[in-house]
Amino acid sequence: MRAPDTNEILLQVEAVALSFGGVRALKDVSFNIRKGEIRAIIGPNGAGKTSMLNVVNGFYHPDHGTITFKGRTRDKMQPFEAARGGIARTFQNVALFKGMSALDNIMAGRTLKVRRGLLWQVLRYGPALREELEHRHRVEEIIDFLEIEAIRKVPVGRLPYGLQKRVELGRALAMEPELLLLDEPMAGMNLEEKEDMSRFIVDVNNQYGTTIALIEHDMAVVMDLSESVAVLDHGVKIADGTPDEVKNSQAVIEAYLGVAH
Amino acid sequence: MPGGGSFDTFPKLLLRNAAQFGTHPAFRHKDLGIWQSWTWAQVAEIVRAYAAGLHRLGLQPGDTIAVVGANRPKLYWTMMAAQMLRAIPVPVYAEAVADELAFVLAHAEAKLVAAQDQEQVDKVLSVSDRLPQLDKVVYDEPRGLDGYDRSRSIAIGNIIEEGRAALATDIALRKSIDDFVQAGNGSDVAVILYTSGTTGASKGVTLSSRGCIDAATDTTRFDGLTHEDVVLAYLPLAWVGDHYLNYVQGLVAGFCTACPESSDTIEQDRHEIGPTFYFAPPRGFEAMLTRLMIRMEDASPVKRRMFNYFLDVARLHGEQVLTGRPVPLSGRLLYALGRLLVYEPLKNVLGLSRVRVAYTAGEAIGPDLFAFFRSIGLNLKQLYGQTEAFLYVTCQPDGAIYSDTVGPAAPNVDVRIAESGEVQFRSPGMFVGYFKDQAKTAEAMTPDGYVKTGDAGIFDEKTGHLKIIDRAKDVGRLNGGTMFAPKYLENKLKFFPNIKEAITFGDSREFVCAMLNIDPIAVTNWAERNNVAYGSYQELAGHPLVYDMVANDVAAVNRSLVEEKVLAGAQIRRFLILHKELDADDGELTRTQKVRRRIIAERYAPLLAALYDGSYEADISTEVTFEDGRKGTIAARVKIRDMQAIGAAESLEKAA
Repeated sequence: MRAPDTNEILLQVEAVALSFGGVRALKDVSFNIRKGEIRAIIGPNGAGKTSMLNVVNGFYHPDHGTITFKGRTRDKMQPFEAARGGIARTFQNVALFKGMSALDNIMAGRTLKVRRGLLWQVLRYGPALREELEHRHRVEEIIDFLEIEAIRKVPVGRLPYGLQKRVELGRALAMEPELLLLDEPMAGMNLEEKEDMSRFIVDVNNQYGTTIALIEHDMAVVMDLSESVAVLDHGVKIADGTPDEVKNSQAVIEAYLGVAH
Repeated sequence: MPGGGSFDTFPKLLLRNAAQFGTHPAFRHKDLGIWQSWTWAQVAEIVRAYAAGLHRLGLQPGDTIAVVGANRPKLYWTMMAAQMLRAIPVPVYAEAVADELAFVLAHAEAKLVAAQDQEQVDKVLSVSDRLPQLDKVVYDEPRGLDGYDRSRSIAIGNIIEEGRAALATDIALRKSIDDFVQAGNGSDVAVILYTSGTTGASKGVTLSSRGCIDAATDTTRFDGLTHEDVVLAYLPLAWVGDHYLNYVQGLVAGFCTACPESSDTIEQDRHEIGPTFYFAPPRGFEAMLTRLMIRMEDASPVKRRMFNYFLDVARLHGEQVLTGRPVPLSGRLLYALGRLLVYEPLKNVLGLSRVRVAYTAGEAIGPDLFAFFRSIGLNLKQLYGQTEAFLYVTCQPDGAIYSDTVGPAAPNVDVRIAESGEVQFRSPGMFVGYFKDQAKTAEAMTPDGYVKTGDAGIFDEKTGHLKIIDRAKDVGRLNGGTMFAPKYLENKLKFFPNIKEAITFGDSREFVCAMLNIDPIAVTNWAERNNVAYGSYQELAGHPLVYDMVANDVAAVNRSLVEEKVLAGAQIRRFLILHKELDADDGELTRTQKVRRRIIAERYAPLLAALYDGSYEADISTEVTFEDGRKGTIAARVKIRDMQAIGAAESLEKAA
C-alpha cells in the first residue's frame, strides 16, 4: 500500500448536516480525504455512512455545511457535476444494466469522456469511430486489469454476484476518476471474492493513483486496506485516525459493542 | 513438406522459417481483446534481439534459464533466445507451489528465471534465499512490478529493446550471436523437462536438439502438418505435450502457435482461432461433451429430437464415413444431412471445425466418448508417449483406429514387451539422461539400450496394436490369487459421467473396494433437474440418492467384469464417496491430474480401514490447502455402501 503523495486535501467536508423529515441522518460531520489515500468510513447500521457518500457525490444536498473538492467550495453539487469533476462510485446494491454485456456496461462508464456529438456517434464514422476505438482500448485495459476477459460478452444479469461487483468497479474505473467512492464493495461476498476485491482496490490505488473512499462492514478488510478510518455513529463522527487508533478508541468500542450498564 | 532436414538446432530452424515462411504468422496472442500476430521474420528478429540482451545479462552456453508461466509468446521466445545462445531452457509448471518451484530451480541450477507476471516473480523471490545460483528474474507482464529491485528483476520487453539497440551499434555483438548459432550442433542439450512426479520426486529429462528435431520431423510427416496449420497452445509449458506438439513441431513444420488470452478464455479463443491440429487429454474431451449435453438438455424439444436422431445416424455410419469405408447410399445421404444440421454446428461451437488431426493421450479414453467425437467427423486419434521418449512411442494412423488400443509404433520407434509385461522402446527423440542423475538414468534403461516405460501392456492379437493395461508396478493380486489391475477398474468407473475420480484397493486384500469422487458438474446438474436440495459439495457427495445413482454405475462395472475371466473375481464389493474433491494442491493428484494412490491411502487411512472392517460409516478429517497457500481442515462422516457380487457366486463367496 502506498502512502499518500502529499498531505494535499482532495476533498473536505465541513460541518455537514442532513435530515430526512425528523430523522437527522448527519449531524455536523467534518472530515477530509487526502489525495492518494485509501479512506474508510465505518460505523454500525444506520450510522449515516451511505448518506455521507451520497452527500459527497451530490446525490443528497446537505441542509448545512460545505463540501470542498479540488479547492472549490460549494454547498451543493449535482451528481453530474461530481462525475465530471472526477468522482465515480459504486453502489451497495449493484446498479448495472442487467441485460447488457459486461463490456457494454463498462463502455457506458466512458459516456462522459465522449467528445463527438450524437450525430457523429450515430453515423459511427471517421472521427467518431476512431474515438470509439480509443474508448474500447481503454475499456479493454480495465477488463485486463480486473481479469474479467472470460465474461466480456456475457450479459451481466447472468453473472454471479462477486463478478457483477467487479464489473461495477470496472464501470467506475472507466470514468478515470480522481476520487472513487465504494459503497460496501465486499458485501455478500465469500472469503475468496473478498480477497480478490481487496487486491483490486489496492491495485487501483497503486497503479492509477486513484484516491479511494470506501464504506465497509468487514472490520478485518477495513483495517488491512485503509490508511485512515472515520467512524460514524448516529450521524456523528465519533473517531478519525489510523486503523490502530480507531480500534483502540473507547467511543468506537462502545458504539460497536454497546456500553455496560 | 519441410521437416527438420539438415537443420540440427532450433535457432537454425528459426532462421530457416524466417527465410522460407517469412510472412506467415508464427505466433498469435490475444491481448486487450484483439489477436496480435507475429510473422516468422518478426519472431526471428525479436528472438535475436532478446538473445543479445540475455547475452549482455551474462547468460552463457550451458547455463540454464527457467521459464515459469502460462503460454505466452514472450515465454516461448525465451526458450528460443536461450537456445540461440546455446543455453538450456527449463520450463517449470506455473501452478507449482513455492517448494516445488524451489526444488526444480535449485536442481536445474537456474541462473535466470523468466516469469510471466507478478505472482510468479513473487513466488521465485520468496524462495531466492535457497537459490544461490539465481542471478535475475525477467518477466513478461510488468503490472504491479514497478517498485521491485531493478538489479534483480527486469521486464523482457526492456531486454529485447536493449538487445536491439546494442545489435544496431555493436558489430562484435552481432558476430558473437551469429557465432553461437553457427557453433550450435545436434548434440547440444535443447531443453530439460522435469517430470510431473507421478512416481516420486520429479526428474529432469535431458533432450538433445537433434533428437527433438528428428522425432518431430517424423510425426509432422506422419500427420501431414505444414506451415499452414494452426495450434492453440493452452497446455502447461512444462509438460512434454506442449513442448513437443506446439513448440518443437511448430518450429519443425513452421506452423502458427496461438496463445490464449487467459486460462479462463480457452473455449472462446479456440472458437475464434479454429486450430487445425488439436490435443487434449481425455478429460478435456469429456468436459466438452458434458457441457454439450447439459446445453442440449436446455434446448427446445425439436432441437433435442433432431440432435438425438442425428447422433444415432452418426453412431451407425460416422466411423465408416471418416475412414472412407463403404456406406450405403441412404446412410451417406442421412449423414450428409446430419453434417449440415448437427455435426458441423456442434464442432463449430466447440471450436473444432477446422481440426484435421486431434490427439488424446495420458489416460485411457472412454470408448463412448472416443466414438462420439469420431462419429461427428473429428479425426480424433490416440497416442502413447512419455517425456523420456520425447513424446511419441505409438500413435494411431488414419484409418486404423480402435478405442482400446494406442496404435502401432510411431515412425522409427522400436517397441517391445519384456517378459515381465513391461513396455520398452527405442526412439529417435529418446532422452539423453536424467539431469545430474546417472543412477536413475541407468535404472530406466535396459542393457541393450531400450527405455523402460514402467507400463504394463500387451499387443492386441487382431491388430498388432499396443494396449496399455496399467502401471507395471501397480498390478497386484487379491488374497485369493485373482489379478487386480487398479487402473483398469478405475478407468471403467470413470467412464460414467457421474464419477470424476476413482481409487480402488485390493492388492493383498480379500476383496476390492473403491473410493470415488462425484463429478460436480454432472451431479449438480442432475440435482437441479431432480429437485435434490444440498448446501455444499460435501452434502451432495453424501446424499443417499447420489449413492443410489453411483451404486448403479458400480454394478454396471461389476457386470462388465464378469465377461473377462481373469478379472471376474476383482469385482467391487464396497465403495464410498469422498467428502472432498481430490486436489493437486493437497498432493492427492499430480500436476497432470493423476491420482497418487499411496498418498490417498495414507491420508484417508480411517476410511480405508472402515472399508475392510465391515463398518457402514467412518469419520475423517483432512487438511486442505487453499489457493493462497493457507491451510484448513475439513471433517466429515462418510457412508459406505455394500455391493452384491454378480455371476460366478460360489467362487466369489470364497474370496469374500
